[in-house]
Amino acid sequence: MRLTALIGRDLRLAYRRRGELATPVIFFVIVTALFPLALNPDPALLRTLAPGVIWVAALLAVLIGQDSLFKTDYEDGSLELMLLSPMTLEWIVILRVFTHWLVTGLPLVILSLLMALLLDFPTHALGTLVMSLFLGTPILSCLGAVGASLTVGLRRGLMLLPILVLPLTVPVLIFGAAAAGRAAVGDPVAAPLYFLGAMLMLSVTLAPFAIAAGLRISLES
Amino acid sequence: MFVWFHKLASPPFFYRFAEKLAPWLGWLSLLVILAGLYGGLWLSPPDYQQGDGFRIIYVHVPSAWISMFAYMLMAAAAAIGLIWRMKLAHAVSAAAAPLGASFTLLALVTGSLWGKPMWGTYWVWDARLTSELILLFLYLGYIALNHAFEDRRTGDRASAILAIVGAVNVPIIHFSVTWWNTLHQGPTVFFGPKAEMPPSMYIPLFIMMFGFMLFFAAFMLKRLQVEVLQRERNTAWVRELVEQS
Repeated sequence: MRLTALIGRDLRLAYRRRGELATPVIFFVIVTALFPLALNPDPALLRTLAPGVIWVAALLAVLIGQDSLFKTDYEDGSLELMLLSPMTLEWIVILRVFTHWLVTGLPLVILSLLMALLLDFPTHALGTLVMSLFLGTPILSCLGAVGASLTVGLRRGLMLLPILVLPLTVPVLIFGAAAAGRAAVGDPVAAPLYFLGAMLMLSVTLAPFAIAAGLRISLES
Repeated sequence: MFVWFHKLASPPFFYRFAEKLAPWLGWLSLLVILAGLYGGLWLSPPDYQQGDGFRIIYVHVPSAWISMFAYMLMAAAAAIGLIWRMKLAHAVSAAAAPLGASFTLLALVTGSLWGKPMWGTYWVWDARLTSELILLFLYLGYIALNHAFEDRRTGDRASAILAIVGAVNVPIIHFSVTWWNTLHQGPTVFFGPKAEMPPSMYIPLFIMMFGFMLFFAAFMLKRLQVEVLQRERNTAWVRELVEQS
């Protein structure tokens, strides 16, 4: 009951400031479109680079999106009420990360199909690309949320967030881009996808504790 | 023993203790490193494949080792500081981070200088090099967060969380990077029937590792003294100390 109320509130708020939440998605599209301009529009080259380009752009877009995760609730004081509520803070934050992923991560996963076509990524591998992003972007959301919880009280938070979180995202990037890249050349993709799944389980179960602890520290000061 | 240990956590007691111990460790580390260098540069024979080029391991391996040791020390101290709210533990983390980052950089630079004649290039995207580079980024992130807060205590606790999350991630990063690409020479066997190194090569290496540990300990104590002074600058004992000098 309280869970649905929380999810409903987050989704309603997200709908009312949809322009702000669209920013990471637009960022993703533009960054992906910059690569052919900077490199070379040769389809053969773009095809080999496509998994890496899409994955790096998705990684940066998710991180940029995490800035808005706790900011408004921190500024208007709702976060302090959540801290005082009888519900466990860990539950509240994982729900928040989930709804935030629904409105910023999921559109990105869907749009990656379009960007893959623009980069001449082979159509038979599209399913694996989407699957890898579907498993990988929630991990990025969890890691980004840890960074966001620690920097929410800082004015330079947005600058600091990538420095804190990017080194931690390396495994996701490696396995995600490897899955898509292997699918494109017809290699088996089970291993990297399984690793992504395992890391997703690990981050969904462990990250809430770190996020909650980070929020408590940020709110105490 | 426990009483003494408990006392050590008190900043003024620790400051005086470090003041006495640090010079001993410092001079001892100089002696041990000089002995190790003599063993490594004069007494040990050239490698049959790499010639004299292999001698850089006497700096490279100890620095790489300390770069990882310092991260584990930093994360463990961060956890202790968070759980038992020990002021000195947070100071240990904050003091270990810049030292660890320096040793990481040293390991990267010596590795790349060695890589030019041996692999023909200063940098390859090999698993161990990449892990070490990411370790450097982790250190930089920790340092940046530690200094980002106006209140020192908040910065300590926030960066402690980051250090712990990083420590959980380090094995995963290392494993994923190894899975991705590996070119670095495998681990060298030191002892037993399959030993790949004669004692005249590995004994100086162990001496150097010991010397680097002593050096790290001495500089840790000095940095800790500075950290303690900065954190306790409004207390009576620091004021007394300043007036005495």
